Amino acid sequence: MIISIASGKGGTGKTTIAVNLALALAKDKEKNMQFLDCDVEEPNAQLFLKPVITSSESVEIPVPKIDDKKCNYCGKCAEVCVFNAIAVTKNKVLIFPGLCHGCGACTLFCPEKAISEEGNEIGILEEGRAESINFIHGRLNIGEPMSPPIIKKIKKKIKKNYSDSRDNNIINNHITLIDAPPGTSCPVIESIKDSDYTILVTEPTPFGLHDLILAVEVLQKLKIPYGVVLNKCDIGDHMVEEYCKKNDIPLLLSIPLDRKIAVAYSKGIPIVKINSSYEQKFIRLFKKIVQII
Amino acid sequence: MKEIVIISGKGGTGKTVITASIAALAKNKVMGDCDVDASNLYLLLHPEIKEKNDFYAGIIPSIDLEKCTNCGRCQEVCRFDAIKTIKGQTVIDLVSCEGCSLCALVCPVQAIQMKENHCGEWYISETKYGPLVHAQLGIAEENSGKLVTLVRQNAQTIAKKNDLELIIVDGPPGIGCPLIATLSGANLAVAVTEPTLSGLHDLERVVKVAQHFGVKAVVIINKYDINLENSAKIEDWCQKANVETIGKIHFNNIITEALVKGLPVVEYSDSTVTKEIRDIWQKIKFIVE
Repeated sequence: MIISIASGKGGTGKTTIAVNLALALAKDKEKNMQFLDCDVEEPNAQLFLKPVITSSESVEIPVPKIDDKKCNYCGKCAEVCVFNAIAVTKNKVLIFPGLCHGCGACTLFCPEKAISEEGNEIGILEEGRAESINFIHGRLNIGEPMSPPIIKKIKKKIKKNYSDSRDNNIINNHITLIDAPPGTSCPVIESIKDSDYTILVTEPTPFGLHDLILAVEVLQKLKIPYGVVLNKCDIGDHMVEEYCKKNDIPLLLSIPLDRKIAVAYSKGIPIVKINSSYEQKFIRLFKKIVQII
Repeated sequence: MKEIVIISGKGGTGKTVITASIAALAKNKVMGDCDVDASNLYLLLHPEIKEKNDFYAGIIPSIDLEKCTNCGRCQEVCRFDAIKTIKGQTVIDLVSCEGCSLCALVCPVQAIQMKENHCGEWYISETKYGPLVHAQLGIAEENSGKLVTLVRQNAQTIAKKNDLELIIVDGPPGIGCPLIATLSGANLAVAVTEPTLSGLHDLERVVKVAQHFGVKAVVIINKYDINLENSAKIEDWCQKANVETIGKIHFNNIITEALVKGLPVVEYSDSTVTKEIRDIWQKIKFIVE
């Protein structure tokens, strides 16, 4: 089962929910847990799960390389590149790796076969273990604009063989949790698509509500079932609760503002480690999701 | 004309709250909201939309089913797994499609057409604090960087036309494409952080991106009294990275109260927080001048 944790607005508590849900479920020895941090621009789950990293690989985009001996500067490569990643002058070909999406059109259409491709590193992927949890995250290199290729590579690590199973026991015991980046655009879509369920985390403020509505539209478009976790549920107004009620969106869990939780968070300590009653709350949250699916 | 961008790396540290307060304090300025994914600034500035524009960017393929022979050539060349065969018919998954148009170029029977993609809207508005340029990216769309650039260009045009000295920009979270589009060429990046391990981790990355693009960065620590030890760590890091900490703001629920009322906090109360933000604004003014 793949459960993603997302939110339109940043800083509402995605990572907190993802990490604590993972730790609460991992207590059950029957469960085979996988945790993917897909917020590769700002990967924070590691600060709380403190995984031991066992392997690391580079994530590259194939960028064109021109063979000067073969190139006759005909300009075909620049013509087919819709991303403007190639410019051809009278006797020079300029490549802009930051704009290249690695689609391969230039290579395919070069009449002189003068283009080969070489990897341009945009980030890294690391894999390891946090207690019994299989942990994977990625990190976008500073100055690189495109995160989706790293997210794609992280998601290839999902252990697929069980997700085709028809046995509910197997599905419910193999859980992949995905911590998504904030927002509603390409990196978010790449992270949450193919999920069986998405938990939307928000806070009871006008910002929280506004961005929740956008996130709900994303999930409706992707046809993924979803529910809401309301974090710091007692700080603002009641608009989020009213919105959920009116639109029949399940409110899965409400967490009040608690200075102890906030201080622990600031030090990288998960809620379940300081207040064991939350362990049951997160297990109940999971059971609710299982029922819905 | 100076352009100040408010950024953070980590979301939810208080960018928009601070941007709105600066908008209320500064004179002769135009505002831009470059968080085009989830733009919130308008919830505090209450704009009256004067001009609404469609945003087209990129191209998307569509298959003419009558021409398509399902030969599979497009599927073979697509590197984004965006073309699939469902019940014998070739179909395009627009969510995975990057719009490279390779499929259209290789199709032997010209069954694939590329068309312009409507992927959002942008607005020029009037607020009681001055003009605001803002946008909304379509749900699940790409090209947020281009929309950010459009917002900034229009804010710059308005500033030039009306002889305004300042452009105040609310930035997106993260360090990827929309952040880079917000940052490049700006005069000052004000990074808002909080004294948590995530706050520090994300601050380091976003400040490095600013420095990578040659933009001077300064730091504000919001809710600094939540963890004084971490606040000290952040200040230490800033000192080593040669980045000035220009202010610290207390944790106070008055910020949420102002938010619920839809007001910049400096207009809602005269608390310590208000004074701290006023001082920060004076420092920013001094730095850009």
